[in-house]
Amino acid sequence: MSAQTLRTDHITMEFGGLRAVSELSLEVPAGSIVGLIGPNGAGKTTVFNMITGVYKPTSGSILFQGQDITGMKSDKITVQGIARTFQNIRLFQSMTVLENVMISKHVRMQANLFEAVFGLPRYTRASNQNYEACMELLKKVELDDVCNEAATSLPYGKQRRLEIVRALATEPSLLLLDEPAAGMNPAESLDLMDFVARVRDEFKLTVLMIEHHMEVVMGICDKIYVLDYGVTLAQGNPEEIQNDPKVIEAYLGAVDIDAKN
Amino acid sequence: MSTDIFLQNIANSITLGSLYALIAIGYTMVYGILRLINFAHADLLMVASYIAFYGILVFTLPWWLAFAIAIVLTTLLGIGIEKAAYRPLRNAPRISVLISAIGVSFLLENIGIVAIGARPKSFPRPTDLVWSIHVGNISFLSLTIIIPIVTLILLLAVTLLVNKTKIGMAMRAVSRDFETSSLMAVNVNKVITATFAVGSALAAIGGLLWSMQYPQVDPLMGVFPGLKCFIAAVMGGIGNIPGAMLGGYVLGFCEVMLVGFFPGLSGYRDAFAFVILIVILLFRPGGILGENVVEKV
Amino acid sequence: MDKRKRSKNILTVIVLLLACILLYLAQNYLNAFYIRVLNLAAIFAILGLSMNLVLGFTGMFSLGHSGFMCIGAYTAAILTMSPASKELIYYMEPIVPVLAKVEWPLFPAIIAAGVVAALFGILVGIPALRLRDDYLAIATLGFAEIIRIVVTNIVSITNGSLGLKNIPSVNSIWVYWGCAIITLLILKRVISSSWGYAFRAIRDNEIAAEAMGISIFKHKLISFTIGAFFAGIAGALMGFLITSVDPTMFKFLFTFQILLVVVLGGMGSLTGSVISALVITIMMEVLRVVEQPIDLFGLTIPGLSGMRMVIFSILLLLVILFYRQGLMGTKEFNWDWILDKLKFFKSRKRGEAA
Repeated sequence: MSAQTLRTDHITMEFGGLRAVSELSLEVPAGSIVGLIGPNGAGKTTVFNMITGVYKPTSGSILFQGQDITGMKSDKITVQGIARTFQNIRLFQSMTVLENVMISKHVRMQANLFEAVFGLPRYTRASNQNYEACMELLKKVELDDVCNEAATSLPYGKQRRLEIVRALATEPSLLLLDEPAAGMNPAESLDLMDFVARVRDEFKLTVLMIEHHMEVVMGICDKIYVLDYGVTLAQGNPEEIQNDPKVIEAYLGAVDIDAKN
Repeated sequence: MSTDIFLQNIANSITLGSLYALIAIGYTMVYGILRLINFAHADLLMVASYIAFYGILVFTLPWWLAFAIAIVLTTLLGIGIEKAAYRPLRNAPRISVLISAIGVSFLLENIGIVAIGARPKSFPRPTDLVWSIHVGNISFLSLTIIIPIVTLILLLAVTLLVNKTKIGMAMRAVSRDFETSSLMAVNVNKVITATFAVGSALAAIGGLLWSMQYPQVDPLMGVFPGLKCFIAAVMGGIGNIPGAMLGGYVLGFCEVMLVGFFPGLSGYRDAFAFVILIVILLFRPGGILGENVVEKV
Repeated sequence: MDKRKRSKNILTVIVLLLACILLYLAQNYLNAFYIRVLNLAAIFAILGLSMNLVLGFTGMFSLGHSGFMCIGAYTAAILTMSPASKELIYYMEPIVPVLAKVEWPLFPAIIAAGVVAALFGILVGIPALRLRDDYLAIATLGFAEIIRIVVTNIVSITNGSLGLKNIPSVNSIWVYWGCAIITLLILKRVISSSWGYAFRAIRDNEIAAEAMGISIFKHKLISFTIGAFFAGIAGALMGFLITSVDPTMFKFLFTFQILLVVVLGGMGSLTGSVISALVITIMMEVLRVVEQPIDLFGLTIPGLSGMRMVIFSILLLLVILFYRQGLMGTKEFNWDWILDKLKFFKSRKRGEAA
């Protein structure tokens, strides 16, 4: 495995006349937690969508573990080992907590449809294994007690955690989190921060995260990219970013005026 | 094909194309705003025809009065359908409102069968409007001139309405971005009602012209024209009003010419439109003039 | 888990046995008319189940069912008609020589009908399933119409608009309800497998499903093809029930009735579709009354032909407007519910589930 889990090379995204992302190059080192921050509309989610195959970049390339995944379809990219969560929680509303997680195992199952319908041993075995694995996962994040509840009946914070766990069940190497702390109060955000760090350690992941909650970003990110109008404004570790005048002017604003002086 | 027959076919395509264009506009306007295929739209042409039919034959009204009443009542019906069957489902999953549209369409058709009988009836062509014209060897009906002229006038009117009036601007705004428009103090319900009113009126007029051109009315007369007109709207670019007009004429032209040049294929006439549809959806889903419906990812 | 599963399996077997007993009684003690109605209900059950898979479970608004029925019906009819009948019936143009001598037994013909319909399902699905909801509806409607029109025109294979008659008649309730029960069992297993979950994920949130590694197009195509398969089987059975098929039988009206079955029973409930198929088929017969003149207190109220469909249209509208989840919503009849109730009577012993 190369030292960089993910690398984008001058990727650009144009929608008709609008340039959402412009010549963006970023590198996500293996095992790190990288933050992607910037004002609303800066193109952050578009970058995610390009990495996960929802959009095909107008130009540029994306390399994942040394392999070119530019323009690959979403489902194939997940199989390669990239998983994501969404800005607006996208849980499967008709299913329970456990079922939401078990979906992710479907793609890893070896058995085919006939085996499923006729209940042949290979399917039954795989199916039981998946069940065990999913319950394990849920136990690790303390959601096992609600495993049979409707997914959308959970409190907001737990739903976010469920979305992350669901992504984990696809056995990824790289996890993309889109505003995981959105809508949370400071205490919940700190909880989430610990959770993400724990997940990274326990599952040996690399994490790329879009966030607006600065405490979370500065708290766990090893490296931060700042985006504005689809272009990288700055990159570096949290301390460098906090003191970068361009960043402060464009985004952090009055927050760190004192630090500057 | 001799010149005479060719000219005849050209005339027929213009006539058929005009009728398709009138009805296609209704589909495209509603789709542009609500993203709904109003399956019941084409049945309005049947309703208008029957109202006029009864007006003239049973109530012995002068044709212009019967026509006017037909148009007004059909327009009201179109508005009523929106209020009763589509508005309550505005926040429901899209499939629900499509099912509702199918239900309304079926209801209208079957009420027609019950109330009037499934057997086709002969539509009374007003002699003021319909007479024969002879030019050299060719004879044709006055309708061949009247229909395109009426259609063009109406198309012009609709275009003016949509581009130059306040309500037209509101329609365009709502079809661009539903949510933002409603936040911008646009009375979305009023806009939708107006859209249905315009579309239904055009369908009604189209129906009356249709019944004069092809004077057989039956409860299911709207089914195939409806499907074809929706296809015409897609052809021109769904949500795009000039596109619907263009699509209507192109489809009318192709249909007449196909049967004209290949009489052996006339059994496949109706299938032809569907084949065009599938080809378009596969290769140029935006239609000839391009879609006017913004997809939100 | 195992103990409960075993109890559930035992209960299912018991119910199947009960069903067999009921079918036996019905076949031998009901008069021919009632049996025919029940057989028709079985066909609608299969149709409802297959459309529910596509519409209710995978969220695809396909209106092409009548086209696949048509293919299945014609396939089975052509395969089972005796060569003598074929010579008689195909009098406008003789049947294509390849098919002239063919005469298959019942069940292979039914399976073949399903397979041929499924093949067409793949053909139609490959272009059509790339389209979003509303366009998919019109495209599948278009395909169904194209199929119907082609069938009307290829006279040497299908006898065109004259249709086929003298199809072997099958009256046994075992055949129809046997197929229906098998369909239900197969679809139940599909739905509760991980493929069923994938279908539901696509219905619930296509983008998230894709992000979880589910190939949207492949799964939609699989679901659509399975739906077409069972629609073909239902079409074949229709031919055996009525002993004649012709293209006008498979107009949009049929799809509408199946839609009504699915919506009424609950989009997303297999048991709901079976129940509503029974309800609607029986209602269709009962409502025939409305279409005949009625003698009431010496007055004759003239029958209103076509009134049945008006009532059904109103019913569809009422359900979709006010009771969208239908009879069963997305719930199935399952043993867990009953076993849980039995807990009250069997206290400790039934305790732990896993």
